[in-house]
Amino acid sequence: MAPDESLPEGNPSAGLNMLNPVQASPVVPLDQLTASLAPHVASWQHRYLLGLETLTAQEITTLLDVAQILKEATEGCRRKVPLLTGKTCANLFFENSTRTRNSFSLAAKRLGADTVEFGASGSSTAKGETFADTAKTIEAMGVDWVVTRHSTPGTPHLLARELKCCVLNAGDGPHEHPTQGLLDLLTIRQHRESIKGLTVALVGDIAHSRTARSNVWGLKKLGAHVIICGPPTLVSERWKELGFEVAHHLDEILPRCDVLNLLRIQFERQNARPFPSVHEYAALYAMNAKRMQLAKEDILIMAPGPINRGVEITPEVADGPHSVILEQVNNGIAVRMAALYLLSAADDRLRAAGRSHS
Amino acid sequence: MVAALLIENGTLVDPSQNLNRPGRLLCIDGQVVSLDPADGDLPPDVQRVDATGCLVAPGLVDLGVELREPGAEEDETIASGSEAALVGGYTSILATSNTSPVIDSYGAVEYVRQKAAQASGARVHVIACLSKGGKGEQMAELGLLTEAGAVVFSDAPKPVPSDALLKRALEYCRMLDRPVFDRPSVPELAAGGVMHDGKVALVLGLKGLPTEAEDLAVARDVRLAEATMGRLHVGPVSTMGAVDMFRRVKSRGVEVTASVCPHNLILDDSVMASYESRFKVHPPLRSPAHVEMLRHAIKDKTIDAIQSGHMPRSREKMMDDLDRSPFGLSSLETSLATAATALVRTGILDWLELFDRMSTRPAQIAGLDRAGSLLAGKDADIVIVDPNAGWKVDSSQFRSTCISTPLEGAELIGKVKATIVAGQVRYRAAG
Repeated sequence: MAPDESLPEGNPSAGLNMLNPVQASPVVPLDQLTASLAPHVASWQHRYLLGLETLTAQEITTLLDVAQILKEATEGCRRKVPLLTGKTCANLFFENSTRTRNSFSLAAKRLGADTVEFGASGSSTAKGETFADTAKTIEAMGVDWVVTRHSTPGTPHLLARELKCCVLNAGDGPHEHPTQGLLDLLTIRQHRESIKGLTVALVGDIAHSRTARSNVWGLKKLGAHVIICGPPTLVSERWKELGFEVAHHLDEILPRCDVLNLLRIQFERQNARPFPSVHEYAALYAMNAKRMQLAKEDILIMAPGPINRGVEITPEVADGPHSVILEQVNNGIAVRMAALYLLSAADDRLRAAGRSHS
Repeated sequence: MVAALLIENGTLVDPSQNLNRPGRLLCIDGQVVSLDPADGDLPPDVQRVDATGCLVAPGLVDLGVELREPGAEEDETIASGSEAALVGGYTSILATSNTSPVIDSYGAVEYVRQKAAQASGARVHVIACLSKGGKGEQMAELGLLTEAGAVVFSDAPKPVPSDALLKRALEYCRMLDRPVFDRPSVPELAAGGVMHDGKVALVLGLKGLPTEAEDLAVARDVRLAEATMGRLHVGPVSTMGAVDMFRRVKSRGVEVTASVCPHNLILDDSVMASYESRFKVHPPLRSPAHVEMLRHAIKDKTIDAIQSGHMPRSREKMMDDLDRSPFGLSSLETSLATAATALVRTGILDWLELFDRMSTRPAQIAGLDRAGSLLAGKDADIVIVDPNAGWKVDSSQFRSTCISTPLEGAELIGKVKATIVAGQVRYRAAG
């Protein structure tokens, strides 16, 4: 018995001590949990999660439903349920990340899986190896999932072709960040009966945002009206051709919005400043107390983080009653648990089918 | 002493004399001697080539092939590239100057010519640098390079960044009677781009190569050609804007020429959704509207010629992610069939027109007086093509060192059966 299992229920440190979760007396017995997940498992067929654009509304809903079940089964992502014991999740991050990487690690650990960490610095890519070769090497060590982040769009897609294990995209350049999109959807769903019919605005650096490129498809597929808002240098008119509303003046769209998702200005991806100054950007687009007066009374304020206080959001809004920013972080673990679980189940089935064919 | 060669039972297709009829062709000592010779005029030792069911046309001429030697022999060599050219039906190719070191000296031109002479592939003509070191600053020694045997001046695939340099070079080259080639791009607008900048790039999150990066360069190029009365070829081009520009200046009688690559006539940017580096080609695969307009610009001669765009890169270089993989493709062995599939099968061009765009016209543009024609006295550089044969692209069969192609697995029509250089059958298709 692990030492932390002897911790009494209700220990005030239990909620904070996220790395050593309480394992005793699960809320739901394991067989009951597995049974409640079974119908959802049957409707998921992929051993990779690369983006939301290529998923159906049903598949997205399945991910969200499983995330909700697992969140509750782990008492808000704080307890362990040994659904994936004996499996190993490799984090292969070629770009810096703290929150997403830790969130994936925690998700794996909450489900009883082991994790192994690879970073770009110190790894073989620094010695000239291609990322695909690095990934193959890690796969050969016997991992079940590769969670990957890379500055170039499409790298997880290449890995999905090259590797036989599960592949999860944790962000490929400005392309997609599907678990971020899912956690945003889950957060909205927890506050509203349905995503269908809601008006959701994504505000800010759309051009360089993988969060935006996952959110737009997830929201559209689930029936939301999506507004993409920001300066024209960051918001292409071509979004209209893809069925989205494009806006350049936040104050004009604000009264219509049920949800506002404030995207960070990604200075690190911009070769040339797409607006004259941060000062000017904040004046035009920062969500502040004054702008809150234009908003609906029950507006949800979201931000994928890390947030730049004073640029896209001011402290009184970030920390105010409409902000669900920290709930998003917690939901991140839930959707990542769901993704790991569903991919693994699909992989098990595909392998079993492969064996029975041969 | 080269034996006499009689190509018989085929259809002679020669744009230079508007010829498209069954006939036979006699070549002696590496030259075309006559059409339809009488049996009594045939030398007793004549070698006969049967072209039943095939077209007999002047060998293809390519306006710019990267051969990568010296300096990047892992990508291609003069020998492998000139051999791949034969498989594709090319009898003359122009080798680009962007080797390492670049081709900007008498010795470098001589090196390429000697290497080509030792190989037994297509004829290799040398494009020498327009600027010293290919740096885009000062003119290279264009007069001395002409004496060394260079036929064209260009820094391509790099564009000429300086307006003043291009203007000077166009003026200077008038006395040399050699053309200048520019590959149009404004580097500042194209920086970092990996694919056509459009709706697909927006969704895929990939950095775009905007059409205006090409359009602005084309606009500059054609204006300077007009102002200097210089001999300028611009290409390959890939945009509607470029076509529009050429239409306008050509209607004013400006003698600027343009070319396009086969891959830009058959594929559009939607294939990038697979994120495979074999689709990272240059000029980039554009949206369908551009493809459609390019096809018709080839028909009405707004665009004069089709060039392979062969940019070989080794397998290991193409195995990286899309940002780090270079632009590249192996196209010498697929160009004719790609163009035939895009243009002839669709009824836009007939074969006579296609050979004009791929042989006769490119030979004129490059100033190769003895190529691109089956007239008596021309070089006996000939391609024999089965116009109806369908085949599937399989890069593992390529003679080129580079096996990256956006057309892998594509079903094409038009198969090169034999390629003849200087009256010698240098390539014959198996089977």
